[in-house]
Amino acid sequence: MVKINGEYLDIAGKTVAEYVHDAGYDTQRIAVERNGKILPRAQFSETVLTENDSVEVVSFVGGG
Amino acid sequence: MVPTKEEMEEALNQRHGARLQEAFSSTSVAVCGLGGLGSNIATALARAGIGKLTLIDFDRVDISNLHRQQYKASQTGRYKTEALAANIAEIAPYTELEIHTVSITRENAAELLRGAHIICEAFDDAGCKAMLANTVLETMPDKYLVAASGMAGLGSANQIQTRRITERFYLCGDGVSDADTGMGLVSSRVMLCAAHQAHMVLRILAGELQA
Repeated sequence: MVKINGEYLDIAGKTVAEYVHDAGYDTQRIAVERNGKILPRAQFSETVLTENDSVEVVSFVGGG
Repeated sequence: MVPTKEEMEEALNQRHGARLQEAFSSTSVAVCGLGGLGSNIATALARAGIGKLTLIDFDRVDISNLHRQQYKASQTGRYKTEALAANIAEIAPYTELEIHTVSITRENAAELLRGAHIICEAFDDAGCKAMLANTVLETMPDKYLVAASGMAGLGSANQIQTRRITERFYLCGDGVSDADTGMGLVSSRVMLCAAHQAHMVLRILAGELQA
């Protein structure tokens, strides 16, 4: 299982790019933390989610 | 009568203790975006005796800003960088200020933010927020980023929080209240979020790294 934003999902094997697309995120508005580190955007499509990964997708909303 | 530099330093030393005040006064903080978040963050940090502030915004003060941003009606039409620098110079005249009236991009961020130890993301636009967060966190591993997302509307003040996402990435706000939907930005709730950001900056400088 992969922990994403506090929820355990059976998505090991998918890439980060596939996950954020399938989950409906706007990739221009997110920052992705994986196992304590920021995952560079250029690496989304080559980074495969593995068992026990812990991921947070920070999705920014407007206002300031 | 404006107090002398020594008098103001002494007052801050008495308030914060000399050791903490030394940490505040010897640091440099960049504020990216000088709207409801950034103008309030910068004002709070200047009052706390932060040594140097870098203020960055391309925009001018608009009448629609006055309900939540630290500008005066008489400053409408002026560049926010210049107006805020003038206001801070009255509040905390010995704060070192560096202003840049430009848009921050992935390309110029490294140069603009070079001297800052801590960077506050205080933009309005979600895409710009994400761009700055990714740029700082990917390319400036020695800096701290204190960002914000979700502070619009009249929702409970208690929903505004500070969270630590990575070792050097803090995120303030409720995470969901978008200014583009619903009633838009309300002064007091934006100020709450700005206060969270300014407070996290001071906590980092004090070595209190937990949100």
